[in-house]
Amino acid sequence: MSASTGEQDMTPLMQVKALTKMYGHRIGCKNVSFDLYPGEVMGIVGESGSGKSTLLNAMAGHHAPDCGEVVFDTRADGPVDTCTMSEPARRMLGRTDWAFVHQHARDGLRMSVSAGGNIGERLMAVGGRHYGEIRDQAADWLGRVEISDSRIDDRPSDFSGGMQQRLQIARNLVTGPRLVFMDEPTGGLDVSVQARLLDLLRSLVREMGLSAIIVTHDLAVVRLLADRLMVMKDGYVVESGLTDQVLDDPQHAYTQLLVSSVLQV
Amino acid sequence: MIELENVSKSFTLHNQGGAVIPVMERVNLTVAPGECVGLVGASGAGKSTLMRLIYGNYLAAAGRVMVGDLDVAQAAPRQIIALRRETLGYVSQFLRVVPRVAALDVVAEPLLAVGTSQAVARDKAASLLAELNIPERLWSLSPTTFSGGEQQRVNIARGFAYDYPALLLDEPTASLDAKNRATVLRLVEGAKARGAAIIGIFHDEATRDQVCDRFVDVSVFSPQVAA
Repeated sequence: MSASTGEQDMTPLMQVKALTKMYGHRIGCKNVSFDLYPGEVMGIVGESGSGKSTLLNAMAGHHAPDCGEVVFDTRADGPVDTCTMSEPARRMLGRTDWAFVHQHARDGLRMSVSAGGNIGERLMAVGGRHYGEIRDQAADWLGRVEISDSRIDDRPSDFSGGMQQRLQIARNLVTGPRLVFMDEPTGGLDVSVQARLLDLLRSLVREMGLSAIIVTHDLAVVRLLADRLMVMKDGYVVESGLTDQVLDDPQHAYTQLLVSSVLQV
Repeated sequence: MIELENVSKSFTLHNQGGAVIPVMERVNLTVAPGECVGLVGASGAGKSTLMRLIYGNYLAAAGRVMVGDLDVAQAAPRQIIALRRETLGYVSQFLRVVPRVAALDVVAEPLLAVGTSQAVARDKAASLLAELNIPERLWSLSPTTFSGGEQQRVNIARGFAYDYPALLLDEPTASLDAKNRATVLRLVEGAKARGAAIIGIFHDEATRDQVCDRFVDVSVFSPQVAA
């Protein structure tokens, strides 16, 4: 499902170098390094409290890390360390090349604004001013996430949980980001809705060639979505590699425990 | 095309007292383009393990696993992903798909991944599904609801949609009737004729003798029991 070409000399889209986030004396995540290439989807798994969401938020600029670098290959200036860039520049990145899909859709949506408005807001943030075009794009994206455009003027508070999550994805992807951070995107949804969402995410990743970092505790989700996998425990990355290699032939004791603990369906 | 050199494999079970189980040693195997090599050996001898070592979902403990000019034992994940997209196909015994995706799209996906247009990919997928006797009314349904034999045929169609230069076939004919088995054999022959290097596991002796140019008994790779 990846769109990367596997060329040796390709520039990584993002390089994370020795990223560390402490909560006082306690470790959030420690010394995490990896390169993410264009079109790659990376999964981060681990039990709750393992530091996976902390890592995601530190990479996305929601928490300031204690040390380390998050170098992103920006369109205008090439690789830039986003931890040291100015706040307005980082916010601009967050509205354009980056997208963040929250576990709870209500954290990523404006609940009192219409569905169309939620999608249109991001377009206006990057300079969209023509109301008719914004509305057309909003309607187009509602269709792509399988929400009827007759719901365009309804508020997300009137939507089901699965619809809210799909609306959040539409809102995030409408500006054509190159990197999407996702925190448990299918968590809390029932399985039939999860399947729809997985199918949708996979086709969007392939069609738009975007890269994604997905935090989840669901190994079945990463097997279907992620090219690569990182396993975290107590704030450290204990194992990383090709997704099916990590799941089929886990090397670390913790990963072996994790993989062997999954109930067979 | 495929060349294994002094490959060994062991499993370390950390949660069972760190027990180390050696499963294969000194594996040497070469498969040329246009050649089909059959793996034989008793159940549990390591036929599937050997395939997974080549496909990269098992990590070799030592040795080189060359597919084309990439050493799978040392390659970065994205190199293996590119290899699987462009060079190395694998028909496993089980179909693993995203629920809700239509059979036709499941089969067309490997073609779309290498940049083939929707129309061409779907045409190829349709002709393969027809050849493998999957009724057209099922094409728009998710194969998760299909019978075991139908799922296996969808899996085969997917494996042969794109012309991989190297192919791993793990019991592709296991639960098929004579007619479908003949179709699979024709597909394998076709792949050989266009120069694909193939490693296969076939339980049925007649099938095996028909498509394989030679056999490798994997039990010779079992670690020697210490005296």
